[in-house]
Amino acid sequence: MRTSTPARVGQYTALLAYLVFLAFPFLWLVSTAFKPPRELGSLHPTWIPKDPTLANFRQAFDEQPLLHAALNSLLAALGAAVIAVVIATPMAYVVARRRTRLAKAVTGWVVVSQAFPFVLLIIPLFLVLKNLRLINSVPGLVLVYVVWALPFALWMLAGYVRAVPPELEEAAAVDGAGRLRTLVSVTAPLLAPGIVATALFAFITAWNEFFFALVLLKTPEKQTLPVVLTHFIGAEGVADLGPLAAAAFLATLPSLVVFAVIQRRITGGMLTGAVKS
Amino acid sequence: MKRAPFLALVLLLLLAGCTSGGTCDDGRITLRFQSLAWQEESVQANKELVREWNATHPDVRVEYVQGTWDSVHDQLLTAFEGGEAPDIIHDASDDLADFAYGGYLADLTDLLPARLKSDIPRRSWETTTFGKGVYGVPFLQEPRVLIANATWLKESGVRIPTPERPWTWTEFRRITERLSGRGKYGVAWPLKEPVSATLNLSLSAGGRLFHRGPDGKVAVRFETADQVVPRTVHDQVGNDRSASPTTLGSSGSDTLPGFFGGRYAMVPLGFSYRQQIVQQAPKGFDWQVLPAPAGAGGLTQGVSPQTLSVAEDCPHKKEAAAFIDFLLRPRNMVRLALGDWMLPTGTQALNDPALRTTEHGWSTGTALAAHLRPAPAQTVRGYPEWKDKVATPALQEYYSGAIGLGELRERLEEDGNLVLARYQR
Repeated sequence: MRTSTPARVGQYTALLAYLVFLAFPFLWLVSTAFKPPRELGSLHPTWIPKDPTLANFRQAFDEQPLLHAALNSLLAALGAAVIAVVIATPMAYVVARRRTRLAKAVTGWVVVSQAFPFVLLIIPLFLVLKNLRLINSVPGLVLVYVVWALPFALWMLAGYVRAVPPELEEAAAVDGAGRLRTLVSVTAPLLAPGIVATALFAFITAWNEFFFALVLLKTPEKQTLPVVLTHFIGAEGVADLGPLAAAAFLATLPSLVVFAVIQRRITGGMLTGAVKS
Repeated sequence: MKRAPFLALVLLLLLAGCTSGGTCDDGRITLRFQSLAWQEESVQANKELVREWNATHPDVRVEYVQGTWDSVHDQLLTAFEGGEAPDIIHDASDDLADFAYGGYLADLTDLLPARLKSDIPRRSWETTTFGKGVYGVPFLQEPRVLIANATWLKESGVRIPTPERPWTWTEFRRITERLSGRGKYGVAWPLKEPVSATLNLSLSAGGRLFHRGPDGKVAVRFETADQVVPRTVHDQVGNDRSASPTTLGSSGSDTLPGFFGGRYAMVPLGFSYRQQIVQQAPKGFDWQVLPAPAGAGGLTQGVSPQTLSVAEDCPHKKEAAAFIDFLLRPRNMVRLALGDWMLPTGTQALNDPALRTTEHGWSTGTALAAHLRPAPAQTVRGYPEWKDKVATPALQEYYSGAIGLGELRERLEEDGNLVLARYQR
């Protein structure tokens, strides 16, 4: 049945309004990043800066080691994403395929573990990492991010595994494929979108994370971008708005690039997860 | 084959020793100084002073660590618990009580030189004295002032207040009413955090709110003097229409566009906001700094100064205290004050000509320094919970007109004392 023209116009208008709603904060950030201080204090702000400037970017780079912090963030986020996926994929397969009590218990524990606020965990975690001599190190931070992302990654991937019909694996076995061959040639390609989506989730979570990085990294050369961004904020929330916006804009770029590159994969992954066998 | 892990461990231990309040093989001490400076000039001043110290003290190297005001309490608490706290800690006096009572900070009473002790007035030391110990050196502070549109005030013909002859609260209310009309307001109160602003300004009217009994227990009593400031704000917003109702939930920065745009004649702000005003004010915009109104208590205001403390775990407390002494020499204190656009606590620094100039209202601020007292809530245990759960919503509702003065008193006193009682058993 075809949708009527007014209904379609309504749908697109609603979609456009939703997109504007989603894009508004980012566009405002971009606009602010290019505005001189006097325009930031204007009673009638404009979307397009009247007197655009790169001074905020210059000041941001002059005052804070943004590139170094971005490199630390990238290492931490990539490390966390790769390790989380490598650990979570086989675990998710077992949890999804073996319907034992243990698998149910693991799934239950994963859900419960999400309920713990990180403030509750930070002091014991700090002490554990201190004993392992991993305080003030990016590998220590990666370890924390992996532990933090793992339950949800496992839960997410288990859903993707369940969506892959077991009959396909059985068919491969009938055709003479061994267990490993079935996993590599049949299951893994079908899971790829799910793995990408999960890796992206772990990457973005680690890239944006602030509190663990603030507490665990002591020296300036180890700090990640979210921590460095707060150096533009003073007591009682007063902020150096221009440089903060410029630095925050740059900090969002890697996430946008990653999204843009693998967007189709993610969409595919979402569809795969939604299909019932 | 077994030597490699052993060597790695030794190397790690050496590295750990050299980077955190430790002593290296060559006998050189390294101290970590966590600074919360964030404005460009302020960061620069701090880093320069660290460089100067390191150049003149080869045996005690100070490492500058950039901290952040955001989540500083949680970050320090975790670091203290884990035994990894910085040696020298920059914070604010209202954040020190838990750390001081928790035994995380060193008592500086016998570590600081007589010069520094006598340079900073007793009233400032009171902000960092908990029990019998002194757990921080108060070094920068800021009064709340009125930032005013000078042209508007001049054209209106109102009397311009000075620290010697400030406005009374009644006069202030009358003047804001006179300045208001046709969509413009005499004042915009940025009261996103209404409790500290109200309590600190209430000292000028003789307010106390927190009353300590002979048994040491604190009780909240919202008496006539405590009501002067809240009632003024409430009446300006609700009755006179001389204060903008829309800024009650705003931060200080949020009110600046309206101030520059000629919508508000005055904005009560912290003294350091002048830096933002200098940066953002349109060309030709003429502004001035006025003292906050006075009452029965004169120009008195409560403040929570910025502080420098030494961690109890620091193995080189004497050297850490020596660094603080260096940082707070009169000339250096002036540099820090200029960098942060705040007032130094040191009496010698306050006399520096750079802080006595009329430019950007410095002289008005320095004239107020003698009237600054510890914030009323400074040493009250349970204050953060009282503030968040009782006082903030009650004051916000009162200022917006949702509740009256009677209910405000009831909530501050009855609900408030229930909260405080839990901390004083």
